[in-house]
Amino acid sequence: MIAESGHYALVLALGLALIQSIVPIIGARWRDAALMNVARSTALAQLLFVAASFAALVTLHVTSDFSVANVYENSHSLKPLLYKITGVWGNHEGSMLLWVSILALFGGLVAAFGNNLPLSLRAHVLAVQAWVASAFYLFILITSNPFLRIANPPIEGRDLNPVLQDIGLAVHPPMLYLGYVGFSISFSFAVAALLEGRIDAAWARWVRPWTLMAWIFLTLGIAMGSYWAYYELGWGGWWFWDPVENASLMPWLAGTALLHSALVMEKRNALKVWTVLLSILTFSLSLLGTFLVRSGVLTSVHAFATDPTRGVFILLILFVFIGGSLSLYAWRAPALKQGGLFAPISREGALVLNNLLLTTACATVFIGTLYPLALEVLTGEKISVGAPFFNFTFAPLFVPLLLAVPFGPLLAWKRGDLLGAAQRLMVAGIAALVAMALVLAWTYGGATLAPLAIGLAAFVIVGALCDLAERIALFRIPLSLSLRRARGLPRATWGTAFAHAGLGIALIGIVCETTWNSEYIGSMKPDDVARVAGYELRLDGLNPRQGPNFREMIAQFTVTRDGEKVSVMTPSKRNFTTRGASTTEAALLTRGASQLYISLGDVSADGAIAVRIYHKPLVLMIWWGPVLMAFGGLLSLSDRRLRVGAPKPAKAAARALQAAE
Amino acid sequence: MTRKQRRLTLIGCALVVLAIAAGLVLNALRDSIVFFSTPSMVAEKHLGPGKRFRLGGLVQPGSLQRGDNLAVNFTVADGSATLPVAYKGILPDLFREGQGVVAEGALDASGVFRADTVLAKHDETYMPKDVADA
Repeated sequence: MIAESGHYALVLALGLALIQSIVPIIGARWRDAALMNVARSTALAQLLFVAASFAALVTLHVTSDFSVANVYENSHSLKPLLYKITGVWGNHEGSMLLWVSILALFGGLVAAFGNNLPLSLRAHVLAVQAWVASAFYLFILITSNPFLRIANPPIEGRDLNPVLQDIGLAVHPPMLYLGYVGFSISFSFAVAALLEGRIDAAWARWVRPWTLMAWIFLTLGIAMGSYWAYYELGWGGWWFWDPVENASLMPWLAGTALLHSALVMEKRNALKVWTVLLSILTFSLSLLGTFLVRSGVLTSVHAFATDPTRGVFILLILFVFIGGSLSLYAWRAPALKQGGLFAPISREGALVLNNLLLTTACATVFIGTLYPLALEVLTGEKISVGAPFFNFTFAPLFVPLLLAVPFGPLLAWKRGDLLGAAQRLMVAGIAALVAMALVLAWTYGGATLAPLAIGLAAFVIVGALCDLAERIALFRIPLSLSLRRARGLPRATWGTAFAHAGLGIALIGIVCETTWNSEYIGSMKPDDVARVAGYELRLDGLNPRQGPNFREMIAQFTVTRDGEKVSVMTPSKRNFTTRGASTTEAALLTRGASQLYISLGDVSADGAIAVRIYHKPLVLMIWWGPVLMAFGGLLSLSDRRLRVGAPKPAKAAARALQAAE
Repeated sequence: MTRKQRRLTLIGCALVVLAIAAGLVLNALRDSIVFFSTPSMVAEKHLGPGKRFRLGGLVQPGSLQRGDNLAVNFTVADGSATLPVAYKGILPDLFREGQGVVAEGALDASGVFRADTVLAKHDETYMPKDVADA
């Protein structure tokens, strides 16, 4: 019964989405408020029905109803409750249902909180949102129905892919989808603007919070995915330039560019046409990401769905939406009015440079990800484009970007003073040189690029602080006054500083981990000792243990440093009985921002176990950086100037603006 | 500056960045991509020693030998040809005889494929495309 209700709710949601696709548009043409308002009710009702459908699938998984194919294939009655729930989206059908649920959620949010939007703009936005939703409802109902029954229900399920039985699955896909799908809002706004043939600074003010929200989730989702891969896959790597990772990185790069160009549009009413294009591109890349992941078209450790009919269907969706929106853009964009003027050296100029470098970097990732695919389709030749390609293309483009980051906030709008900004960044420059010299002295004769990169990171971090110090006139006026000014700074300014500093933090982590990572690989017997980076790790012994749906072999290591016991680490090797698959559960020991990492290999006939031990200096900074960026985004989002619909007392707004300039 | 000059500056900058990026991409595509081969393609193409490529195929049953200090030897087969592979390190969780595998490395002078990375078939419902095709 539950499965049928879930299926039925999904069909009803499709029906509502179809109504929402057409009626509001007609309403906008006829200027009929009642018809336009249909969008609001259908968007909310759609959310209700999709939520019911999603809840139905969760219930089926929790109650282990193996008469449903999706549950049988991905669950097991002995699986812990958490993984029964997360297993809902640990498979193709369920994850697509999550995708549309989040799409409906965003539609519902616009409907619920978009009261101050012009009526016709809201009608158009929700209609476009419904086009996307209808396409994906059809996709699910036709090719990937999670509610299909099995004629002869089996007694036990086939269990979830063991790699996915981890807390990471609870957080990573929903976060990533909130980011991916969140960009559908800026897409809908862009298409709505094109349909209406009208766009202004107010448009950017409405779009920016939604973009920012999506960006925050995507940032956290990518970081979370990277950390998950790091500890779960047991290779100690945190980024593989895998096509599926690239698929999430591309919308992030484009989305970051969009955030910055929307800023120019909001403040200076310039770059309108470009911002609209970026909105379209960002969501197109999200769709592309969905295609790459969901169609199984690429060789990748993440792709766990392989069925060509689905691939073709998503490809069709991709063509219709990307092709359609770009054609609409080509047709209508010239009608949009051009915006204000600015000098090349100005805040706008800096943001244009930011956009230029981010989109170019995004394009290199795009080429690296799709070139092998295109080549195989065209010539049949199979190649793989790995880390070296991206290191040689992506990294050189990011260096000038990072160099420019501290300058941006210090330049004035319209016409900036580069020399003045450079003077104000003197402290950051000195800090960078000091950092470089220190690292060089510390690692004399070692890597040469690494100290430079650390210097660059120091420049970015201290540069972000310089901007804050400049705004509160630190050391130039009495400290108490500076503190008062600091409290008065708009939250968006703090947000910018945090986000930019986060970049530097992440860079330090990346450089340290890749350059000064030390490892030990060997086979160990009980009482053997391995020495890594000043730590001594003694293998105390191996103990078998029975888990709920797996058996595991736990190795216990005692970690000492200079003869003093630091901790005990217990990596394990799990064998999942149902699938006959095994996973490696790495053990991590955090010391400051650095980590010791142990993963196990096979046990050989003579009782020795293969062991891989890494010491990863400052590795955690790789993820602290994005978390800081997301926190900066959150601060910006909470800025009342950005909050759509928040009452704006004229005086407070004027004061905040003054402080911002 | 007039509007036109400003626009030209902007376009100029964009072209410079794009040109640099294109140069980087072309350079990287020439130097850092890795071709994929199966054992029979290796025999056909007469790949020389030292040239990096990805080798895909099935691990021949009974060919896996473990030596000292994590050294592993096995043979990769694709139905018509085989190629011996030497690897040192920990094999992935899903590595098994008779299963698909992709190894990256180069041939040495004696015709043995020295792998520095070994990837295994992911699980029974997912197979890397390279392996599936091989």
